Amino acid sequence: MNVQVKYRIGKSIGFQALVILLSAACVVPLIFILIYIIQAGITKINWHFLTNLPKPVGETGGGIANALLGSTIIILVASVIAIPFGILCGIYLSENKNSKLAYWSRLCIDILQGIPSIVIGIVAYFWLVKPLGGFSALSGSVALAIMMLPIVVRSTEETLLLLPDSLREAAFALGMPFHRVILKVLIPCGISGILSGVMLSIARITGETAPLLFTAFGNPYLSTNVLKPMQSLPLLIFNYATSPYNEWHDLAWGASCILLIWVLSLNIFTKLITRKWKVQL
Amino acid sequence: MESTIVKAVNYNAYFGDNHVVKNVNIEIPRNNVVAVMGPSGCGKTTFLRGINRMHELIPGATSTGQIFLNNEDVYEMHPIFVRLKIGMVFQRPNPFPNLSIYDNVIAGYKLNGIKLPKAEKDKIVEQSLTRVALWNEVKDSLTKKGSFLSGGQQQRLCIARAVAMEPEVLLFDEPTSALDPISTSTVEELFHELKKNYTLIIVTHNMQQAARVSDKTAFFYMGELVEYDETKQMFTNPSDIRTQNYITGRFS
Repeated sequence: MNVQVKYRIGKSIGFQALVILLSAACVVPLIFILIYIIQAGITKINWHFLTNLPKPVGETGGGIANALLGSTIIILVASVIAIPFGILCGIYLSENKNSKLAYWSRLCIDILQGIPSIVIGIVAYFWLVKPLGGFSALSGSVALAIMMLPIVVRSTEETLLLLPDSLREAAFALGMPFHRVILKVLIPCGISGILSGVMLSIARITGETAPLLFTAFGNPYLSTNVLKPMQSLPLLIFNYATSPYNEWHDLAWGASCILLIWVLSLNIFTKLITRKWKVQL
Repeated sequence: MESTIVKAVNYNAYFGDNHVVKNVNIEIPRNNVVAVMGPSGCGKTTFLRGINRMHELIPGATSTGQIFLNNEDVYEMHPIFVRLKIGMVFQRPNPFPNLSIYDNVIAGYKLNGIKLPKAEKDKIVEQSLTRVALWNEVKDSLTKKGSFLSGGQQQRLCIARAVAMEPEVLLFDEPTSALDPISTSTVEELFHELKKNYTLIIVTHNMQQAARVSDKTAFFYMGELVEYDETKQMFTNPSDIRTQNYITGRFS
């Protein structure tokens, strides 16, 4: 009897150790990537790097100003397109759980999430680049907006579904029309969840390269015209890292580091927002 | 002024094919407290939600017959208008968690986009909170969130929110079933005050509560209105055997 109990306790401890070990192992890749990229990239980053254009091969120095500005513009435009659609669709799905349209849109959104980003890029190429007659930042933004959409929709839907029905009833019982119930009660109460979905979707598309390859295309010069090709961080990294020049490799490392910091801070910021703006139900 | 304020005529309510409220006819006199009691699942809450047209918000819920507010059929009025005239307090306190106590009281104005001058808002807030005997407890913390209050205070805040809209009728759906005994008695005392200005319809499955607070009592059983009479009469000399069984606790 005693031996059996000891055996069971031993087994339990062993299992616990295994769980802890494997959980810790999950963190290791991230830490190694962080260390590696920061080691390689951090020394390249300085004010000059952030504010200057890339130099031609053979000249030292040069920066990634065009890619930083380009990424910012492309993501902003993508957000402007995707966020209204995504939030409204999420509201519809949560308020009309069982309608036919909700069933089909939910299915489509789920499938959309699984479509490889390069395919979305091709679609944007045929929809926008070809008819407009040239590569443009706008077509890249549209491709990225399509990638953002499922994340925004699902996080909005799930956040609103978590709100208790008593909240809706309280609002309706005060004689509030449907649109005001949504705008003044449900969205403010679920704002932290909706925002975190939006931020995560932005973090998700920040590093997307494939859909930009044949839409935004890249541009060695500073451009703010969304109808013209534009540089972005992932494109710059892709082009410079695959080049044979050491100076360009340095730029790519620096840009990778910036990109990493960007995504990391978005994620941390999201966590802070969720905690700070959470409405205690 | 006519004494009957709410009148149901042949009112039936359904959830899909499920017939929940069966042919109810009732007249509710102005400035009275009317208790609606009955065992769980007897349709009393559904009937209550039919009065301010909250019932129809549930998918698959339908109703037939008429409910009159001051001789006007609420099913021919706009539901939003009906709900402004007939306030409702729910089983669980449900203050808006994103709003301060102050804003919760004037939520009916604020969230409906009705702009009021500051002085008037202050007046409504103070008056409504005073009516529900909450003013002295919260007057120094009006800017705090409503969800910081205790359960009983939250429920009184919800009553204040309904009162602030100056409705004619207040519906209470088991308003004290989530509260402790002390908060319950505070809320019950309120009913006596509130009936000076409003007509109260209170759903409860607590017979003692019905006996304590109401002028008239309606007994629902299996979706039917079995008996409706003066509370005193009902509890001392019920005319229907089912009522008698229920109030003597002999129900199976």
